[in-house]
Amino acid sequence: MSIQLDSTICALATPPGIGAIGVIRLSGTDAITICNKVFKGRDLATVSGNTIHFGSIRDGERVLDEVLVSVFKAPHSYTGENSVEISTHGSNYIQQQIIQLLIRVGAKAAGPGEYTQRAFLNGKLDLAEAEAVADIIASNSEAAHGIAIQQMRGGFSDDIKSLRQELLDFASLIELELDFGEEDVEFADRTQLTNLVDKVLVTTSNLIISFDKGNVIKNGIPVVIAGAPNTGKSTLLNALLNEDRAIVSEIAGTTRDTIEEELVIDGVAFRFIDTAGIRHTDDTIEAIGVKKALEKVKSSAVVLYMFDVHEHSVGDLKNIMAKLLEDVQGTKAKVVWVGNKIDHEDFKAIAHEFEQFHNLVLVSAREKQNLDTLIDKLVAEINLDNTNLNQTIVTNTRHFEALSEANTALQKVKEGLELGISGDLLAMDIRQALNSLGSITGDVDVEELLGNIFGRFCIGK
Amino acid sequence: MHKKYDVIVVGGGHAGCEAAAAAARLGSSVMLITMDMERFAQMSCNPAMGGVAKGQIVREIDALGGYSGIVSDRSAIQFRMLNKSKGPAMWSPRTQNDRRLFTSYWRDMLEATPNLDFWQDVVTEIIVKSGKAGGVKTALGITIKAKSVVLTNGTFLNGLIHVGDKQFGGGRMAERSSTGITEQLIELGFESGRMKTGTPPRVDGRSLDYSRMAEQPGDIKAGKFSYSTATKPLENQRSCHITYTNLETHDLLREGFDRSPMFNGTIQSTGPRYCPSVEDKINRFADKDRHQIFVEPEGRSTCEIYVNGFSTSLPEDVQVKALRSVSGFENVKFFRPGYAIEYDYFQPTQLSLSLETKLIQNLFFAGQINGTTGYEEAAAQGLMAGTNAHLKLKEKEAFVLKRDEAYIGVLIDDLVTKGTDEPYRMFTSRAEYRILLRQDNADIRLTPIGHKYGLVGDDRLKRAEEKLEGSNELISFYKKQSVEPERMNIVLDKLGSARIKQKTKAFNILCRPTLQSMHLSDASLEIKRQQNSFCDLSHEVIEQAEINVKYHGYIERERLNADKLKRLENIVLHEELDYSKLKSLSYEAKEKLSKIKPTSISQASRISGVTPADISVLMVYLGR
Repeated sequence: MSIQLDSTICALATPPGIGAIGVIRLSGTDAITICNKVFKGRDLATVSGNTIHFGSIRDGERVLDEVLVSVFKAPHSYTGENSVEISTHGSNYIQQQIIQLLIRVGAKAAGPGEYTQRAFLNGKLDLAEAEAVADIIASNSEAAHGIAIQQMRGGFSDDIKSLRQELLDFASLIELELDFGEEDVEFADRTQLTNLVDKVLVTTSNLIISFDKGNVIKNGIPVVIAGAPNTGKSTLLNALLNEDRAIVSEIAGTTRDTIEEELVIDGVAFRFIDTAGIRHTDDTIEAIGVKKALEKVKSSAVVLYMFDVHEHSVGDLKNIMAKLLEDVQGTKAKVVWVGNKIDHEDFKAIAHEFEQFHNLVLVSAREKQNLDTLIDKLVAEINLDNTNLNQTIVTNTRHFEALSEANTALQKVKEGLELGISGDLLAMDIRQALNSLGSITGDVDVEELLGNIFGRFCIGK
Repeated sequence: MHKKYDVIVVGGGHAGCEAAAAAARLGSSVMLITMDMERFAQMSCNPAMGGVAKGQIVREIDALGGYSGIVSDRSAIQFRMLNKSKGPAMWSPRTQNDRRLFTSYWRDMLEATPNLDFWQDVVTEIIVKSGKAGGVKTALGITIKAKSVVLTNGTFLNGLIHVGDKQFGGGRMAERSSTGITEQLIELGFESGRMKTGTPPRVDGRSLDYSRMAEQPGDIKAGKFSYSTATKPLENQRSCHITYTNLETHDLLREGFDRSPMFNGTIQSTGPRYCPSVEDKINRFADKDRHQIFVEPEGRSTCEIYVNGFSTSLPEDVQVKALRSVSGFENVKFFRPGYAIEYDYFQPTQLSLSLETKLIQNLFFAGQINGTTGYEEAAAQGLMAGTNAHLKLKEKEAFVLKRDEAYIGVLIDDLVTKGTDEPYRMFTSRAEYRILLRQDNADIRLTPIGHKYGLVGDDRLKRAEEKLEGSNELISFYKKQSVEPERMNIVLDKLGSARIKQKTKAFNILCRPTLQSMHLSDASLEIKRQQNSFCDLSHEVIEQAEINVKYHGYIERERLNADKLKRLENIVLHEELDYSKLKSLSYEAKEKLSKIKPTSISQASRISGVTPADISVLMVYLGR
């Protein structure tokens, strides 16, 4: 275990989920400096304590959110350290992005109860308060553990375990060479070690990349319902949800903003996003809606592209498809074509025209015809994405951070191997990597390392 | 007959000798009781000191004024700096020693120590009055009183020797064991355990054919253990030799397995995994078709040879037959067979970090009684136990080294915090900050602390300080002084290192992997002059500066990590803390914490079974 008191920690201080606002708290010596790196507004280094400042949080040029920042200077804060509270808009996505950004510029994800620990250690909590929070802290970590287990989807736990075992083997080889260099033991050559590090790096990198995906899963798989105005997108959403949520009318362009609803199908949470129709428009407000719709399409996992079966010739349809596929090119979005309004009398005559299209489902949103087929198709698309059972997903920010640290350390090992530095120096970074992963799976005890050595190699004069 | 002493040390092995010397040096009146005054600090196993991690410990003992380094230097017949091809944290000095000279020099040193008396006898009982040690009773029926007692019994407590199916009591081959103390300690409430270790045959060097073995000579330029001017580097060295077992050897050994106490269940206790008997090696690693044997001379003039790597408790006829199949050993004559020995130890979690027992005040344990193996580990504990026995009597705070200060700190913290189920040996991998715990800087790390306690004199402190100041001065000089491309590039070309285009600071040149201090002096007269301005310390200063320049990034990072831990180390857990009252702690944590009584949050976090959640609870309750 490790508690690093001189690091600066950050975490969401308000309950996760959608609310009016959310507060992210930073605490530690560098809290103000770190926040200042991403905050555009007053220079926080120059402001006095107990003050509030308006500005924006920026990742490079990109504005993540407009925020209010409250600055507290040690010892006048909850933890007794320099602290900053960032009031953001209440979106999971924004908050995660900001927390990730803060971690990238030097903060660490707070462990369970860490704020209280710091508050206590800095003499900010008296005994009565401390006793009151003791139970909370204990239960927090239990809950945190439960959540961590819960969040280890697929083979995450197994993956980390085998990763850790590989690293342990690697560390053992190095330690073997260091402590038993005089004995008749064979050492793995550096090329093999480099290959092993590369292999482990691939896995950690994939897990790190999966963090974004993990968040997607945690927050629901985004499914965008797109299409030209008045093709029945809102009707479909309502049909899927069985409630009149979106505004449905016969006037094209009714849905001007995007509407989100969650629906659990086969144990998977889907976040359905109804968009304004995509078309050229002179209505300024609607134009914004169209632009947003396109953005949503690009960031979604699946696009249900709706069209009215009666309005397009096969040639038109092919053009529309080509255009949309071009739009989503380079994104992860998958497209399912949904031909709506098959309940009309004259549909039978043209039904055969659609047989040639792949990934196309014909439905009637109004009459709820064929919706099961559509849902099956949707689930199949998602499963297609995740059928690789080895693909694992990280959803926990602390795990993400641990993996990032391990990754950095392993990069250093790799550089070290390239430079041909000696084993004791390599071992420093290997230990760092093991410790980082240890915060997920439990620390590597030196006894385990030695046990591994003695189990595999004949040691002893 | 005897006066009342401040400290009685029971046992004259490596731990006992260092304990007695330390307490006496600090001014306590000390009585050292041993069964045999001809065998002070006897090397019961191989005739060598130091090695990886152990060499660092010897240097640390020396930096704290202990005698092991000086005695090792004086009795050395070979010196090697192991791991020289690796980073400086791995450089490990090791000597082959003359076994008889080693003992004899130890005795000289002890006899020259004021305040130290000797008595040859067997201690059979510790006098304990109202929870406090007060002296000992011996086999001769004598009572000697003292304010504190340091027990360093080695393998002598109920020692049982095995050679094949024969067993006999003894502390070492041909030496009797000691009985009674274990039983008394158990009665007092101590938990004892049993361990096993082994030793190889000793043979007649005149019967060996060295032409069939590979020679392993000492270093061309020998170093030494002691930082003091009391010893000089060895000049005339003796070689060791290397040979190997083969498949025939393994078959011959297997023939004796049914009579092996290891395999037929006679020996139940745990032996060290890193020092297995040869029968254990061929049994566990059946696919390996040979095992290395180091042929080590027992002294400068003796023909006796220690067959390192052939530790065994098989019947002596099997030992002889098998060893004769080894290249160079075809006609080997035995002096005595290898044997295994079982002995009592006391789980060291029953000690506090000062090595005083938690049960009986003023009673200290050091060495193999604590489940360790190795002369160096024993000597280090002896030094600390002797020092703390003295400090306790003076009502001063105990001398405890931290994990980032010394291998000795790692050793004692591991023992007291985690306990051990197999003989504990030091490895560099046990130290989380090994880049800091190097053999080259033990004096810089520890001599000032040792001086504070009175373990080392002013001259030693002055030397350590001069080394540090000199090294800092030289580093500043390297940062200021530039080298000219013209002269530097000649040297760089030779080394295959990239040329410089303009004047470059010496510091930056020295950071290059293949560059050494002498290459700088080759290229610049100013640097050469500066390097040689530190009189007889020049060599140490240049080396110290080079290591600190070359590895400054790593050293700084390690220092930073260590300082982080320090903050937890400074959060004190009081002995009176009643863990059973802390409801949020897990059951296991309550039990372990109550038993081990860690002194800091940091130590608590290293106890197996104590989780981060438990630590959080402790953190919150701490202010009480």
